[in-house]
Amino acid sequence: MAFIPHTREDVAAMLAAIGVGSIEQLFDEIPASLRLAALAGVPDALSEMEVGRLMAERASLDGRPLCFIGAGAYEHHIPAAVWAIATRGEFYSAYTPYQAEASQGTLQLLYEYQTMMASLTGMEVSNASLYDGASAMGEACLMAVRANRRSRSQRILVPTTVHPHYRRTAAAVAGNQGLVFEELPYCTEEGCIPAGALDRYDGQDITALVIQQPNFFGRLEDVDALCDWARARNVLVVAVVNPTSLALLKPPGQWGSRGANNKGADIAVGEGQPLGVPLSSGGPYFGFMTARMEHVRQMPGRIAGRTVDAAGRAGFTLTLQAREQHIRRAKATSNICTNQGLLVTAAAVYLSLMGPAGLERVAAASHARTRELVAALTRVPGVRRLFSGPVFHEEVIALDRPVAPVLEKLAARGILGGLDLTEHYPELGPALLVCATEIKTSADIERYAGALGDCLREARAA
Amino acid sequence: MSTRLEKPIFEYSVPGRGAEDQWPSDPGPAAAADLPASLRRGARPCLPEVSELETVRHFTRLSQLNFSIDTHFYPLGSCTMKYNPKACNQYAMLPELLARHPLSPEGLGQGFLACMYELQEMLKAVTGMQAVALSPMAGAQGEFAGVAMIRAYHRARGDLERNEIIVPEAAHGTNPATATMCGCVVREVPVDAEGDVELDALKAAVGPKTAGIMLTNPSTLGVFERRIEEVAHTVHAGGGLLYYDGANLNAILGKVRPGDMGFDVVHINLHKTFSTPHGGGGPGAGPVGVSARLAPFLPLPIVGRRGERYCWLTERDLPQSIGRLSAFMGNAGVLLRAYIYMRMLGREGMAKVSEYATLNANYLLAQLTRAGFDAAYPRRRATHELIVSLKRQAKELGVTAMDFAKRLLDHGMHAPTTYFPLLVPECLLIEPTETESKATLDAFVAAMGEILAEAAKEPERVTGAPHTMPVRRLDDVRAAKQLDLTWKPIGAHAIPPTS
Repeated sequence: MAFIPHTREDVAAMLAAIGVGSIEQLFDEIPASLRLAALAGVPDALSEMEVGRLMAERASLDGRPLCFIGAGAYEHHIPAAVWAIATRGEFYSAYTPYQAEASQGTLQLLYEYQTMMASLTGMEVSNASLYDGASAMGEACLMAVRANRRSRSQRILVPTTVHPHYRRTAAAVAGNQGLVFEELPYCTEEGCIPAGALDRYDGQDITALVIQQPNFFGRLEDVDALCDWARARNVLVVAVVNPTSLALLKPPGQWGSRGANNKGADIAVGEGQPLGVPLSSGGPYFGFMTARMEHVRQMPGRIAGRTVDAAGRAGFTLTLQAREQHIRRAKATSNICTNQGLLVTAAAVYLSLMGPAGLERVAAASHARTRELVAALTRVPGVRRLFSGPVFHEEVIALDRPVAPVLEKLAARGILGGLDLTEHYPELGPALLVCATEIKTSADIERYAGALGDCLREARAA
Repeated sequence: MSTRLEKPIFEYSVPGRGAEDQWPSDPGPAAAADLPASLRRGARPCLPEVSELETVRHFTRLSQLNFSIDTHFYPLGSCTMKYNPKACNQYAMLPELLARHPLSPEGLGQGFLACMYELQEMLKAVTGMQAVALSPMAGAQGEFAGVAMIRAYHRARGDLERNEIIVPEAAHGTNPATATMCGCVVREVPVDAEGDVELDALKAAVGPKTAGIMLTNPSTLGVFERRIEEVAHTVHAGGGLLYYDGANLNAILGKVRPGDMGFDVVHINLHKTFSTPHGGGGPGAGPVGVSARLAPFLPLPIVGRRGERYCWLTERDLPQSIGRLSAFMGNAGVLLRAYIYMRMLGREGMAKVSEYATLNANYLLAQLTRAGFDAAYPRRRATHELIVSLKRQAKELGVTAMDFAKRLLDHGMHAPTTYFPLLVPECLLIEPTETESKATLDAFVAAMGEILAEAAKEPERVTGAPHTMPVRRLDDVRAAKQLDLTWKPIGAHAIPPTS
């Protein structure tokens, strides 16, 4: 199936109009020595019916386990209207809105999305999104280097409580431009950045400090103190936040305890997936990025703005394009020429359906379920909470034996018990990052706790 | 398409309203009582308070203010706006696939991983490369991965001086922007009057600082680079590597492969050649393929196979990798859509794509020439796209390529790409794709002819276009000077709200 509409008569008439005898002749400028005789390695075509059957088989192989993994991707309820709207052909199959007059729907949606994200994060401006949360953090670090004209070092402090994959991604995305990422150690007792951790950087030239809230362990960092330290030293603050959490937690734009004119993060980024995007093996998601207005010209990615048309009526267009690769080429703020438009469409619909009160309920209900989960799991002998301080909707528990075999036993029972932290944080011992959201029921949680008890008993007996 | 403007959703908002049936039940204030007061949010965010029906109507009405492939012909050069088959979306959105967590164990992902592994294999086959990584999330990120690999390759050999990337002057803007992101400097080489790279200039540019060259073939000028073998030889002999920008792969699918032309690394735009949706600006996907010498540097993760089981290859397997470019597996759902499309095309369908895309473009070139338009490269075959220059019309009639583009919107056709490549004055870069019928192409030629006649008789109708869209031409200068990037309550705006 190649979806080609030509009849034999069409082809004949077209070849005659061109003045060639065959389609093959149209390729006569390609050197014969390069022409491919036969394409090996691609199977025969399948009909739509056959491919549907194949995909159903593949999907059923993966099943529907009961999932308690979070770690940057969270399973929330997605109203049916979200994807019914997002997969409408007029959104799904539209191009980037460069022809503004024929793209007012997409452009207005971006403007509304930008409004929602700026407000949610407590910042002044938002772009139209980046690829995902991890790459957005890398872009934010590059942006901080451009925006912080008082710093020359390109040194970025990144706590080890930031998602390990985010740290690796930022290093890969930004490392080639000379940025130096310095790891800020965390307190293994508390699971967060200890007070005074930054003291040893006093007097040094630091370009930016990255703070993830809640951090990778679900723990809440003392964002006010960290932000105060940075702002007093001309260090820009890059906040990495979970958008659901911001219904309850102080937004990055208000971090810090200082006066109203001197507080808040400079740039906020994060993974937009919790806002109406399915887990789908890791993507497509979208990275959001918001910032203080003073930094807007250093932002990467598309931005929609409102203006007027030739008749003086309000309309929407892409703006500040002088930052972008198709104009600035080698001097652009980034090579990026995508926003995750379809996912932003889903997020705008999701946030409209939730509104401020609904999002608050999602956040509170998810948090309550995680507390219930941790309470149930820590009643199992051999399981305890690892850190004592406050968390948001995710937490680390410690087991009395290696995690991997236990997770395997749980998986055999159809339960994904959480993320084994042994690889990224061996110093914590057998530790497991667990998460529940509003979609989990008490019965789900009891099922997991019961199964964990059984698995640990079996392991002890073996 | 509707022409009725829609007010911002915030102007439907009424305090206390909401799509409450979609919310979880209220867990009560105790649920979050353990969160310290100093870390709590004060004022609620500015999100709309609207019902589900209001939400659905608002966004449905917005959708009706868009052109899209499903509703309009989209001859947008360099973008390959072909039909996005509905099956690709439906079968990529099966419930099990949507629910799969990216950190699920391999044992509970054999179905998904099998699709990804087979996609890697098919992409290797159609590009002629030795290994593929799927994770780059767009063409630009694929480019980034490619140039980063080239740099890593030279560094691993202790060849530290090589930091120059050569691009033809007609290159897409991402090429130089990518080179900069990878810490390289850009050297441009000219192309000759027939659209081929000037070999003497290339030979002069290649030297001990050359990291590589970035090429699109067929080039951004809509013609095949005929001396590609000599280009490859020149760059390789000088110690550099060749990067293939896959923007125009649709033109040669199943006919000739970048690997056979001598390229060391390619990126493939799945949202072009393999028909995944553009989604109003994304998501895309830009997998990269490499020759054997670059394979150790591929970005992670990659899907491998051990015996009958599929598994993730990570830092342990590829210690020299340029690293991760996303938190998880790139745009996995986009990859699934491309996989489904490629399985439906099959071996025989691949060449059909390039054959009919090329037939359509050459037919348009012939018919537009007959209608009085000037081809930019009249002595060359068109590939899957063609360039018309309106330089003569701009001079004689005072109508520009932009005016033609805007007037086409009134004819119910999306504008071709305008003013790219920069090398051709007043250009329209036109790419019909293989999924458009002769009747659609004939209608496009007719529309172009009508606009040309109109430009002679009534040029202000053309320079004032569009006339039938929801808005007239927009003031981009004002947009950039008086920034209005977020909605503010009525009264706080410089622009009166839409009625």
